[in-house]
Amino acid sequence: MSGRVLVGVKRVIDYAVKIRVKPDNSGIVTDGVKHSMNPFCEIAIEEAVKLKEKKLIKEVVAVSCGPQQSQETIRTALAMGADRGIHVEVTGKDYEALGPLQVSKIMAALAKKEDAQLIILGKQAIDDDCNQTGQMTAALLDWPQGTFASEVALEGDKVKVVREIDGGLETIKINTPAVVTADLRLNTPRYATLPNIMKAKKKKIANMKPADLGVDLTSRLEVLRVDEPPQRQAGVKVETGGGPGGQTEGGRDDIEASGARRGAQNYADGTL
Amino acid sequence: MLLGLTHRRCLLKCRSVKSQTTRSAVVDSALSAFRSICGEDGVSLAAAVREQHGKDESVHRCRPPDVVVFPRCVEEVSAVAKVCHKHDFPIIPFGTGTGLEGGVGAVKGGVCFSLRNMDQVLDLHQEDFDVTVEPGVTRKALNAYLRDTGLWFPVDPGADASLCGMAATSASGTNAVRYGTMRENVLNLEVVLADGTIVHTAGKGRRPRKTSAGYNLTNLFVGSEGTLGIITKTTLRLYGIPESMVSAICSFPSVQAAVDSTVQILQSGVPIARIEFLDDVMIDACNRFSSLSYPVTPTLFLEFHGSERSLEEQVNTAEDITQSNGGSDFQWARDPETRNKLWKARHDAWYAAQALRPGCKAYSTDVCVPLSQLPQIIVETKEDLMENRLTGPIAGHVGDGNFHCLMVVDPDDPEELHRVHLFTERLARRALAMDGTCTGEHGVGLGKRALLCEELGHTSIQVMQGLKDALDPKNLMNPEKVLQLRRV
Repeated sequence: MSGRVLVGVKRVIDYAVKIRVKPDNSGIVTDGVKHSMNPFCEIAIEEAVKLKEKKLIKEVVAVSCGPQQSQETIRTALAMGADRGIHVEVTGKDYEALGPLQVSKIMAALAKKEDAQLIILGKQAIDDDCNQTGQMTAALLDWPQGTFASEVALEGDKVKVVREIDGGLETIKINTPAVVTADLRLNTPRYATLPNIMKAKKKKIANMKPADLGVDLTSRLEVLRVDEPPQRQAGVKVETGGGPGGQTEGGRDDIEASGARRGAQNYADGTL
Repeated sequence: MLLGLTHRRCLLKCRSVKSQTTRSAVVDSALSAFRSICGEDGVSLAAAVREQHGKDESVHRCRPPDVVVFPRCVEEVSAVAKVCHKHDFPIIPFGTGTGLEGGVGAVKGGVCFSLRNMDQVLDLHQEDFDVTVEPGVTRKALNAYLRDTGLWFPVDPGADASLCGMAATSASGTNAVRYGTMRENVLNLEVVLADGTIVHTAGKGRRPRKTSAGYNLTNLFVGSEGTLGIITKTTLRLYGIPESMVSAICSFPSVQAAVDSTVQILQSGVPIARIEFLDDVMIDACNRFSSLSYPVTPTLFLEFHGSERSLEEQVNTAEDITQSNGGSDFQWARDPETRNKLWKARHDAWYAAQALRPGCKAYSTDVCVPLSQLPQIIVETKEDLMENRLTGPIAGHVGDGNFHCLMVVDPDDPEELHRVHLFTERLARRALAMDGTCTGEHGVGLGKRALLCEELGHTSIQVMQGLKDALDPKNLMNPEKVLQLRRV
């Protein structure tokens, strides 16, 4: 086994920023807005670095797809302990249309090129919330996948993954090579310290284009419009007088006006 | 509650001078001016909002202002202040309401300036280790913002407080022994005075790491608790995030042994980051609350920051010192999970103290004395607690000579409240008698004004009053805090 782990890191708008929609509703304002590494990608890097510190794997490679600024995100990954980086340059309209399908094709191509034993990704990005790249990458490579991981343990040529699912926790064992996606409770990412940031400046970041990997970036999706969520309306006080079934006349009107009764009816007759 | 009966009578007299309705009517006349400056959403008369802005995390009861304004920039702060100045309204700055001495109570009513909408991190200079922030930025928010840069702001008073509020109260924290308090870490302030004048205490945009230019205006406002001006920007000194951390814990047969160890560790040049003292009552409470089994005796919690190699040396030196002072059960840990487990007792101390008597409230005292006096003051304080049947487990930043008694008291028992009040006064006077201070980090606020007079003496108080008169002749800035009402 190569002992090499690929980790995808995405540059997104920082989680603490108040998002604003562009006046023409074509997208989100990104100019001059603070960006940082997607929090789930931080968790993914942390897990890979921990595996290396336990000497279970040999090399951590951080990958990011995007414009020039994506290199800052790779540098953060290097400062956290990744060994080298790969920057797949995607700019302009291609970058605006970049989504899980194209990224997963890139990750699959890189996995083959780098002879990766394991790919660790964040479970989703906080800007698009897609939660697809890990799954698509595994499908393209025909590799097993352990998604929503809250625990990862390498056992020989297998990986034991504890997954967070609706019903609780599910433990699976999958063969390597495999794709794992990191969930919130997998670990607490370390802060990049100044000495490590200095050391990271010396680590290598390779540049390439999607075409070099034989990947076609054409998107099958077109964003028509972006809107803010509707403004929260003030609460409406309604007359009391029994449940959804029997109010006074005036009360019923109030409730119908606010749509609550319709909602209650839907819940009662099972349409919701 | 802990004001004592004479104070309460004094306040009631103040209130009766201007009746509630007269004051509100005067404020109403300025409301349209406030709304045109801060916007319709920027002014609130709602009872819930006013109550929220009239109390902090102390035991002082809520004193709501007449109106709360939410300015969005320093120009709005200045404009609203000018209106207040014209009408003689008290001005009360409000950050996060996490203070511990009643500093935000609107004792004479007035206008509360809630600064939470001014929440930008401005001007980060990584190579210069400085950053400027607005009042709505809290310490955790700043450190989250800085996380990719390898820098952090280490002053940690426990609560997630507004950094400008921390400047206003000269806050400190568990790692002051290595990184200092706000006094050492504020480079520049932007302040709005009572008449709306905007002042840059070290010059606009200036951030040299040191200066000898003119009077130290920056540190005049640090710790002024909103009585001299409204802080609208603070420029802070940043530090590198430590490469590695090690935590340790050690038990001692006596308070003296623990403090002796502390002094010797500091003297040996170990750049210790945190050194916290818990007394036997506190350790017992922590054992019960967190299901731990530490020996029930005075205990030190230590934290070391540095490179991997220097940490080993630091820990070895500290261990040798503690052993030579009769310390036992020295445990240390490097990985985050075990470190957190070791320090869990210290982190949960507040809740563990409250859990000693469910249904009761906790109030923290705060005195600071020279290190050499610490064993004596702690021993005398413990005797005082036992004599007066009070519950007061002790936790202290022993590296600074600063300790807190976490008084657990039944809020519905006026007799006990009175005993606690008298105890805290005795404690403060005990500290003053040992060349110390009546407040190490919480500030003077409402409750310690008389003690401040005893601490500083008449002449120094007169100088302070002179400065107050020069900057705020109408006494509009946070009245009845820090300095007592002058008896004409």
